[in-house]
Amino acid sequence: MLLTPAAILLIAFTYYPAVATLGQSFFSAGTALKPSVFVGVENYSFMLDDEVFWQVLKNNLWYAVGTIPASIAIALLMAVWVNGKLPLRGFIRMSYFTPTVLPMIAVANIWLFFYTPQIGLIDQVAGVLGLTTYNWLGDPDTVLTCIIVMTIWKEAGFFMIFYLAALQSLPPELEEAAKLEGAGRWYYFRRVVFPLLMPTTLFVLINAIINSFKLVDQLFILTKGGPDNASSLLLYYIYEVAFSFFDQAYASTLTVVLLVSLAVIAIGQFVFLDKRIHYR
Amino acid sequence: MAAIELTEVTKSWGRTVAVGNISFTVDSGTFVVLLGPSGCGKSTTLRMIAGLEEMTSGKVMIDGRDMSHAPPSARRVSMVFQSYALFPHLDTRQNILFGLKVRRVERAEQERRLAQVAEMVGLDRLLDRKPSQLSGGQRQRVALARAIVAENSICLMDEPLSNLDAKLRHEMRVEIRALQERLGMTVVYVTHDQTEAMSMADKVILMREGRIEQTGTPDRLYDRPSTKFCAEFIGTPPMNILRLSDAGGAAVIAGSDGPAVVAGSGDGYELGVRPEHIGVAASGGVPATVDSCDYLGADTIVSAQIGAQEVLVRTPGRFGFAPGATIGLTWSADDTHIFNSGNGRREQGAAALSVTA
Repeated sequence: MLLTPAAILLIAFTYYPAVATLGQSFFSAGTALKPSVFVGVENYSFMLDDEVFWQVLKNNLWYAVGTIPASIAIALLMAVWVNGKLPLRGFIRMSYFTPTVLPMIAVANIWLFFYTPQIGLIDQVAGVLGLTTYNWLGDPDTVLTCIIVMTIWKEAGFFMIFYLAALQSLPPELEEAAKLEGAGRWYYFRRVVFPLLMPTTLFVLINAIINSFKLVDQLFILTKGGPDNASSLLLYYIYEVAFSFFDQAYASTLTVVLLVSLAVIAIGQFVFLDKRIHYR
Repeated sequence: MAAIELTEVTKSWGRTVAVGNISFTVDSGTFVVLLGPSGCGKSTTLRMIAGLEEMTSGKVMIDGRDMSHAPPSARRVSMVFQSYALFPHLDTRQNILFGLKVRRVERAEQERRLAQVAEMVGLDRLLDRKPSQLSGGQRQRVALARAIVAENSICLMDEPLSNLDAKLRHEMRVEIRALQERLGMTVVYVTHDQTEAMSMADKVILMREGRIEQTGTPDRLYDRPSTKFCAEFIGTPPMNILRLSDAGGAAVIAGSDGPAVVAGSGDGYELGVRPEHIGVAASGGVPATVDSCDYLGADTIVSAQIGAQEVLVRTPGRFGFAPGATIGLTWSADDTHIFNSGNGRREQGAAALSVTA
């Protein structure tokens, strides 16, 4: 009974749209003159033939592969570092965390200034070193890497906070006991800290994967998916299909595919990794 | 031979002095207890021996070698922590063998030692359990096993029994002492519990505010406490400390019209007498008024008033007087201790008198 308000909100804004999306994906796109009709899996078969779809899916996979391990590794490294005794520790922690506080749009604007040919920071530094200028975001071969680098910069600080919290919950006696037994720092990290951080790693990993599919704000500022869809990601493509090409049905189809693949990944992670993780 | 020797060791954080200039030796194969109230620097002292805390000044010798600035791993000492410090993701076997794996001891040797130690502390059936699946006492045993398996001759223990219930604590006390004797280990044991110190130690080092108050065997500390602090810290209930005053050439207990208890002057001195050394008579002795009785079964702790001063008396069995009754207290001169109220030190020359009914 007390759950009713929450349930109504959940149904109205989560379950109904999800089910409606699934339904729409089996209909053709309707217009004023041509109402939408049931077309079965026609949208799906169209999708399989859509080159752009495969292109953005490939981009998205590379984007995930490029951002997730790197941002997690950097986050862990930073967390271990700022967890130690450092001068200005608070300041360093804050500066690592700052990118997270900034909205993605602001981050993209900052990096746009870095990447801009000739007047951008990178090219200015390169100019001083005597290197030629380069249009980083204009080249299909480098644009995705540019976006990956920027995303790592933004995400690592966020994940660092989780690692830092987990590190601080480890009792200091564990390290002392390990030291007395003759374990070096690396051995202690590998055999004790890292396994004990696994629950955090799983949490961060799932977040990172979801983020790699759902965070596309930067594309609006930096590239709009170009050039030639070289930097477009799945969600951005969905946005384009839905609100630039006004093909609601096809957008629904793509959305269903995105949701299903995310669900499969999440379930897979819980099933396969859960058993190997030690929870306190 | 001295297994551990501390010389003028000091630890301070800024202006706070945690441990101030202490020196002591621990003989090989003995059980030494660092005893004191919380915050007296006993744990810090232990951690400096282990190398987990850097000393501000002083020298630590372990087995005849200067280890003042050696890293913990080079000191060849084992340690049992108050929180046990077991690795939560490793099972009992892996926890015990952690150190041997680090030091790359041969596999067959590892198995041999594991079997031996597990049997010794009674863990043979629990080798595959994680710490979270063990009871407090079992975790304690794992920590103990991990300390023993390294086969270091020195073992440091930091309040290892404080997280156990009273019954288990008693069992483990007996067991730890037996293990120590059987293996010939040198143990430095930190505790704030004087019962543990009394029952286990070969030598007690009583600390107070970063300094050593008194060093000696448990019975020495009980029989001849050198300060009022020591007198009150050792023994339960603690020793009664009664102010004295002058009365016609001899000292009486301040505020009482009873007999003389010390020959000579009384102002500025205090008389110490343990509750278990006070006898009760219907009349005679030092008159006192019964306040309350705490019946414990084998004996009763009686709280009484001599003038305005409270005194505790331990009497066997049930106590025959009701609150409000006047009784006489008696003791023998041999069981009394006289302290200077100014500096709290034991007064050697003063002559106490026996009080009889």
